[in-house]
Amino acid sequence: MNYHRPTSFEQASAIAAAAAGVTRFLAGGTDVLVQLRAGTVTPDDLIDLKHIPGVKEIAPTAEGGWRIGVAVSGADLGRHAGLCADWPGVVEGMRLVGSIQVQGRATLAGNLCNGSAAADSVPGLVAAAARVSVVGPQGRRELAVEDIPAGPGRTVLAPGELIAAIILPARGARGGDAYLRFIPRTEMDIAVVGAAVNLRLDGDRVAEARVALGAVAPRILLVPEAADAILGTPLDASALSALAAAATAAARPITDRRGTAEFRREVVGVLVCRAARIAYQRAGGAAT
Amino acid sequence: MAKDETATFRLIGTRPDRPDGLDKVTGRARYGADVQAPGMLHGAVVRSPHAHARILRIDASKALALDGVKAVVTRADLPSGLTGEDWNLQENTLAGEVALYDGHAVAAVAATSKLRAQDAARLVEVEYEILPHVTDVDEAIRPDAPAIRPGAADHSVPTGSPPNLVRQIDFGHGDLEAGFAAADLVREQTYRTEATHQGYIEPQACLGQLGADGKGEMWVCTQGQWYIRRMCAAVLGIEAAQLRVTPSEIGGGFGGKTTIFMEPLALALSRKAGGRPVKLVMSRAEVMRATGPTGSASMDVKLGMTAEGMITAAKVTFRMQGGPFVGASPVGEALSCALACYTVPAVHHLGLEVLANRPKAAAYRAPGAPMAAFAVESLLDEMCRELQLDPIEVRLKNAAHEGTKASYGPTYKRIGLVETLQATKTHPNLSLPLGPNQGRGVAAGFWFNHGGETSVSLAIGEDGTVQVSIGTPDIGGSRASLALMVAETLGIPYENVRVNVVETGALGVNEPTHGSRATFASGKAAVESARQAIAQMCRRAAAAWGIDPDAVEWRDGAAVPSGDNAGKFPPMTIAEIGAAMGSTGGPISGHHETTAGGVGASFGVHVVDVEVDPETGRTTVLRYLVVQDAGRAIHPAYVEGQYQGGAAQGIGWALNEEYVYGADGRLQNPLFLDYRMPVASDLPMIDTVIVEVPNPGHPYGVRGVGETGITPPLPALANAIAAATGLRLRSLPMSPPKVLAALRARANG
Ligand SMILES: Cc1cc2nc3c(=O)[nH]c(=O)nc-3n(C[C@H](O)[C@H](O)[C@H](O)COP(=O)(O)OP(=O)(O)OC[C@H]3O[C@@H](n4cnc5c(N)ncnc54)[C@H](O)[C@@H]3O)c2cc1C
Repeated sequence: MNYHRPTSFEQASAIAAAAAGVTRFLAGGTDVLVQLRAGTVTPDDLIDLKHIPGVKEIAPTAEGGWRIGVAVSGADLGRHAGLCADWPGVVEGMRLVGSIQVQGRATLAGNLCNGSAAADSVPGLVAAAARVSVVGPQGRRELAVEDIPAGPGRTVLAPGELIAAIILPARGARGGDAYLRFIPRTEMDIAVVGAAVNLRLDGDRVAEARVALGAVAPRILLVPEAADAILGTPLDASALSALAAAATAAARPITDRRGTAEFRREVVGVLVCRAARIAYQRAGGAAT
Repeated sequence: MAKDETATFRLIGTRPDRPDGLDKVTGRARYGADVQAPGMLHGAVVRSPHAHARILRIDASKALALDGVKAVVTRADLPSGLTGEDWNLQENTLAGEVALYDGHAVAAVAATSKLRAQDAARLVEVEYEILPHVTDVDEAIRPDAPAIRPGAADHSVPTGSPPNLVRQIDFGHGDLEAGFAAADLVREQTYRTEATHQGYIEPQACLGQLGADGKGEMWVCTQGQWYIRRMCAAVLGIEAAQLRVTPSEIGGGFGGKTTIFMEPLALALSRKAGGRPVKLVMSRAEVMRATGPTGSASMDVKLGMTAEGMITAAKVTFRMQGGPFVGASPVGEALSCALACYTVPAVHHLGLEVLANRPKAAAYRAPGAPMAAFAVESLLDEMCRELQLDPIEVRLKNAAHEGTKASYGPTYKRIGLVETLQATKTHPNLSLPLGPNQGRGVAAGFWFNHGGETSVSLAIGEDGTVQVSIGTPDIGGSRASLALMVAETLGIPYENVRVNVVETGALGVNEPTHGSRATFASGKAAVESARQAIAQMCRRAAAAWGIDPDAVEWRDGAAVPSGDNAGKFPPMTIAEIGAAMGSTGGPISGHHETTAGGVGASFGVHVVDVEVDPETGRTTVLRYLVVQDAGRAIHPAYVEGQYQGGAAQGIGWALNEEYVYGADGRLQNPLFLDYRMPVASDLPMIDTVIVEVPNPGHPYGVRGVGETGITPPLPALANAIAAATGLRLRSLPMSPPKVLAALRARANG
């Protein structure tokens, strides 16, 4: 195994593009090193991203949003007052990952690129309309987070491509987001169902909304029909039951060791409503 | 409070720091994997990926060609001709003709590094012919199930029985028909429990060395060094006394470390590698796939009850699998525990042991009792509800007491179930109000406790401090408890006693720390040893004073003249006697060995409050109370720890833990990630009440407390969920998908 320590994304990309065998980027390593130790993935080339300048920074963007470096840990996100105020749903998704030890290392980009449909930070990012800056042999491009996962354990990134930063849009007034996951325990478990809701209010009505669901399909889903179900409503009972129905209808879950398809289909409707209520309150709406 | 106030002690009942505490919090304690030896090799095990497969060919040539690989062993390296449990142990150590479960060891490799050994293990080529398999207990007992080991059934099974039925147990007393006829309510139900793992934090680990001369050593994480010695000797065909086994500190066992799994492989590899020591450490996935969980069970219970709540008759039929070996399931213990709490006029037990393609079950905390309690205590609760009777009052009415003929045969001596139920009844938790979707569940539980082969030595030091050599590894604070009892007996400070868990060369045979016996049996032998040393010290003092030894008493850590001689000589302290012993007759020690009798059973009652989320089926444990008879709590903190630990494991078993097998018979959840044991934040602080009804069979009244605590949680949780939801779940685990499905099934009529 070759261990690389590039000092720029271009260099990292070049190393990855030239590598022939199994290649992994090393951010927090909480997936990569666990898979290595378990013998499930033994990389030929391991490219450590933590020595590229700026990767541990959270910086405001010109548009009023945030640019998050690819080595920023969950614990760092949780300590960042500005980010927590703007995007509590994104932060709480990441903060659910693992334990205190894991939080000290795990990153958003790693969670996204590991490609799990149960990744806890991804629904929140998708609901927030977050984008990623991608560096590759052909230069830079920007993609929406929801376009990155390609299926279990896979992304759309081409060989030599990697994520250089995660970009959150401006929060703006009267917006709120939330993420909830279902696990049978209280921590150290993988989402059986995840649901994120991001919305903006006009008066007491939902004026904009994005809903993303985790662990109910081969990849994390952005569900416009679920968002439509609450648009223009004050998130009353009928809006919530339409939201639940839309989420349940969009889910394409399987039965596995973590839960049954039937359970996931039902609980995704429950969680999405609970998340919507929290987002609504965070946006300044009265409790529903 | 129900504490025994009749006896006063200087040390017993106090809570000093545990002697192994500093080592453990500083990381200095040496566990199984911490042992190193010069020239050490590392082992890795090749395991079957199939649930049931004939082994056609094993080719290790590529592995052996790898640089640094020193030995490969297969079954051909082990002696043949073993029978009974020795054969079972050998077959489980390394598969012979057929791999019997996913994870069954097929070969092992030793190399100069762990990574190299793992690489080599992957290069061992094994050709299999996949055979049909079965993992579910109810499917395994069907007449058309794939036969796992034809001819394995013992004499108890009638010919023409289903192929995997290998053992049948049948006993009882009283007139069952008359009993059911006398009942106002007769109910019969079927309950199922899934297999669960002990889940000890420290995986199996050992370092073994065996020379061509047949002399060997082993350092190992175990609950019983003599069991390791006997079992390894049998599997390898060597002499027991030539193998010296030293136990390490132990990061949990719960019964799972009372037997062998990969330990003989370290010795076999060492022997083949010219006697170089070989270290073997299991991964968590290996622990889950190939070390003993408990069995899974399918149980029918029929109970008769009068309108007033008197049990008139009981009939239980338990089907259990414990893997592909006869005698591995705890069906016998389950039957014996099923109705042990109650005075039942007529009772019949039938047990059916079934083979399945799962790992060989090992003991797990009160083996069999939790399953039995789940079935019986659930049905009892159902009937109490139907008859609108208070569950504690009904248990009190039927509670076994001194003189009751136990359901499993013997007549009870002094036991404390009634006192335990009374202490439960008056606990403040029982009068706390419950909110919506909340419910309270009560259940009782029992464990026999065990005496067993025990050998203890004690020696007085030159400064009057005392060393105690015991053979029962300390998994729950037993060194502290033993030091307290010895210090109490000798009248010296707790800190002046050091209790050492010693290797097999230092004492006669000791059974493991199992059956909740360490504090009871090693404690009893240690007190006996201390009394011998006291007698010897009194003789030394008598000789010095020139008086009759009978005229000397032992008081407050010193020999004092008594009777006519009282006051004639100043007390001679243990330190003075120790300092002089070289010139007064030589070393002073005490030694006691016995197969300890006088065991006292322990009963417990648990009360749990839960809240069930009606939208997700998720159960939250709001509060939990354990009330249990300890006989006497030598070190109350470690008694409470055992109560809490048993409850925690039971909660996991009840709510989320299970072995999930795919259609291919492979274990789907061999890591803690998906094998959902409770984490700390899943549990409330578990309240405890120690009841003390002293056991007359122990000098300080000890009963043994380790196991009873895991017996009531399964039914207590089911009863609480029933109270919260009105739904009776009769199959474990009561995981959110199951609870939600039951809620939906009711809503849809
Ligand atoms: C004990 C434990 C508990 C966990 N609990 C959870 C949980 O509750 N929820 C959850 O979602 N996950 C959980 N995880 C998984 C893991 O912690 C998360 O997926 C984490 O966010 C991964 O981030 P990382 O920085 O450690 O990624 P790494 O392990 O460094 O990398 C993960 C993957 O992403 C790729 N990658 C990393 N950075 C980039 C980049 N900049 N561009 C392109 N590809 C990149 C790597 O090549 C690799 O394939 C847990 C893991 C452990 C060990």
